Amino acid sequence: MSQPNPLLETPEPLLEIKGVNSFYGKIQALRTVDLSVHRGEIVTLIGANGAGKSTLMMTICGKPPCRDGTIRFDGRDIHALPMHEIMRLGIAQSPEGRRIFGRMSVLENLQLGAFLTDPHHFEEDLERVLQLFPVLKERSGQRGGTLSGGEQQMLAIARALMGRPKLLLLDEPSLGLAPLIVKQIFSILKELNRTQNLTVFLVEQNAWHALHLAHRAYVMVNGRITLSGKGSELLEKEEVRAAYLEGGQ
Amino acid sequence: MTAAFSKKQKAVVKGAIISSLMAATMAFLLSIFMLGLRTKSAAGALVLEPRFTLVAGITVLVFSGRLLLHLFWWNKKALSSHSFKQPGWFEQLASSKKIGWFGQLALAQKLKGLGKHGGTIMIALCFILPLLLFFFNLKLGTGLPLRYWFDIATLILTYIMLGWGLNIVVGLAGLLDLGYVAFYAIGAYSYALLAQHFGLSFWLCLPLAGLLAATWGVILGFPVLRLRGDYLAIVTLAFGEIIRIILLNWYQFTGGPDGLSGVPRPSFFGLPFKRYGDQTFHIFFGLDYSSLHRILFLYYIILLLALLTNFVTHKMRRLPIGRAWEALREDETACRSLGINTVNTKLTAFATGAMFGGFAGSFFATRQGFISPESFTFIESAIILAIVVLGGMGSQIGVVIASVVMIGGFELLRNMEGLKYVFGQEFDPSLYRMILFGFAMVAIMVWKPRGLISARLPTIFLKTETAVSPSPQNKGDAQ
Repeated sequence: MSQPNPLLETPEPLLEIKGVNSFYGKIQALRTVDLSVHRGEIVTLIGANGAGKSTLMMTICGKPPCRDGTIRFDGRDIHALPMHEIMRLGIAQSPEGRRIFGRMSVLENLQLGAFLTDPHHFEEDLERVLQLFPVLKERSGQRGGTLSGGEQQMLAIARALMGRPKLLLLDEPSLGLAPLIVKQIFSILKELNRTQNLTVFLVEQNAWHALHLAHRAYVMVNGRITLSGKGSELLEKEEVRAAYLEGGQ
Repeated sequence: MTAAFSKKQKAVVKGAIISSLMAATMAFLLSIFMLGLRTKSAAGALVLEPRFTLVAGITVLVFSGRLLLHLFWWNKKALSSHSFKQPGWFEQLASSKKIGWFGQLALAQKLKGLGKHGGTIMIALCFILPLLLFFFNLKLGTGLPLRYWFDIATLILTYIMLGWGLNIVVGLAGLLDLGYVAFYAIGAYSYALLAQHFGLSFWLCLPLAGLLAATWGVILGFPVLRLRGDYLAIVTLAFGEIIRIILLNWYQFTGGPDGLSGVPRPSFFGLPFKRYGDQTFHIFFGLDYSSLHRILFLYYIILLLALLTNFVTHKMRRLPIGRAWEALREDETACRSLGINTVNTKLTAFATGAMFGGFAGSFFATRQGFISPESFTFIESAIILAIVVLGGMGSQIGVVIASVVMIGGFELLRNMEGLKYVFGQEFDPSLYRMILFGFAMVAIMVWKPRGLISARLPTIFLKTETAVSPSPQNKGDAQ
């Protein structure tokens, strides 16, 4: 296990995962995972295909439920709650594969993102989100399914932001997108974190971008966290470079 | 412009002949038993009557039909010697399909323009329809009693209401329900039994029947919460059959196959529609007695019930719960990740849909005066579902069009006396309704696979933005 960074250590992290084991049937997907995300941080989890990154993300959301260990969010144990209740506590997720409501308009997608928030905030939040992603404003009447991949990803993030989350979970936002779009999305995330102090937990295969963006990072191999540290530190590490960066960049 | 056939053309002709021969063989094999032999009861025994000329006729017809299609339709380009041709009327019609009358977008826009006033006009038309029918019948003389027209209008409205009710479950929430008729039955039996055993009036029983049906909707909803698509369809189909079989076999309670007769008629604010009595409708209003009063009254009841269904659905779509239904149809996982409780969402969809089914059911009971399990067979579910699917899932106006065409069409077939002169006295057009129904289904699925009205209007727009990029409704269909 790594030493937590003393600078970022606050009394209680926003999200704290301790000793979590998670299974798909008999197959163990997560092995005693420890991980924490503090307020105002961008934390990334990188790893190869099938390492268990998305499983960890889904376990945080309660499906599949973790078999052992604890997951605490904002001072509450959440590992026994059903998914929609977990989301109610202030976690928003941009799921893997984006999962846009294809036949509904962009605006309706955003409206559904604000499902849990006070409707009085809607106009204001919409304005804020459309400013972040101006392209969505142009597309507001269009069906979600007709957007390009990058636009859909932006919509997924925007939809998640509409819920005024305390913690934003992003599952592979760069998947299948052109490098320029990835860059754009990551810079928006950085901006959000800087100006609005948004806490982000990011699962990525695109290690180079993710490590550049994140304050701290974890590396997952076969359901275990094998490395952790500052994003910039991990970028320098030989084993990370060899496994995830060389050839990738 | 050479007279001789090119190699390519020869190949096409050869292929066409082979394909037509195969189709003819298939038609022959199919028709030899279905059409070639007919049972006839003669002198106390069944006799087989061969009709081989018919089989031969069909085979020849299929062969020549397919050959013609091959030569003049499917392979026009390969066979025509002109490379450039002025487009004929048919080509023009075919190409105008993309932008013209049949075009999705054009139709959607027309409906959008129509939607502002069209709805109001249509409702107004429905309200004065009896008047129109009255004059129509009086002036033109349709040869059918006025009552007949009112009955058809009532029947169509019943199916429109059922279609709208099922539309909530199937069209909005995307839960394929093949047993919707169960709720119709529950509504009908609730009213009949409550009225018979406790003497409750129609107006009291109507909400109770809706409530009971909604309860059963939730009861059905619970076990199927985890199911989607085909599996859900199977369980709902079974549910529909279970209800029907219970009604059929629980003799002491439901009267079994005998059904329940003497279901009370509704009263107009306490005034019954009876010929004799102290305080009846016609006496109170100083009219002469006419049985049409009751029929008209029933028409307005179902009209109001149907409008209520539409109104509630319309409002619901703009409420969070309605949005959650539509989101559920699109992507269940995404719904959960946005904090939507999918369990409640599904159950409310089932309950709301079932409630309107229950309303329609108790209306059915009071209109018919007699109910039996015969009225609630699977084919009813199928027809209601067909109305929803043909109309375009989720489209309210589509349901109206499909109901009018299907139910009205079925009724029309009953009265095609003229066809008897063409096909002989034995010809009964209403026997062909299922075939036509099948044809309609196939035709719709080929040309408009998403139903007559497949464009879906969003429930929210940006206030400032009016210009929407071209064809937003259409692109999604292509995928």
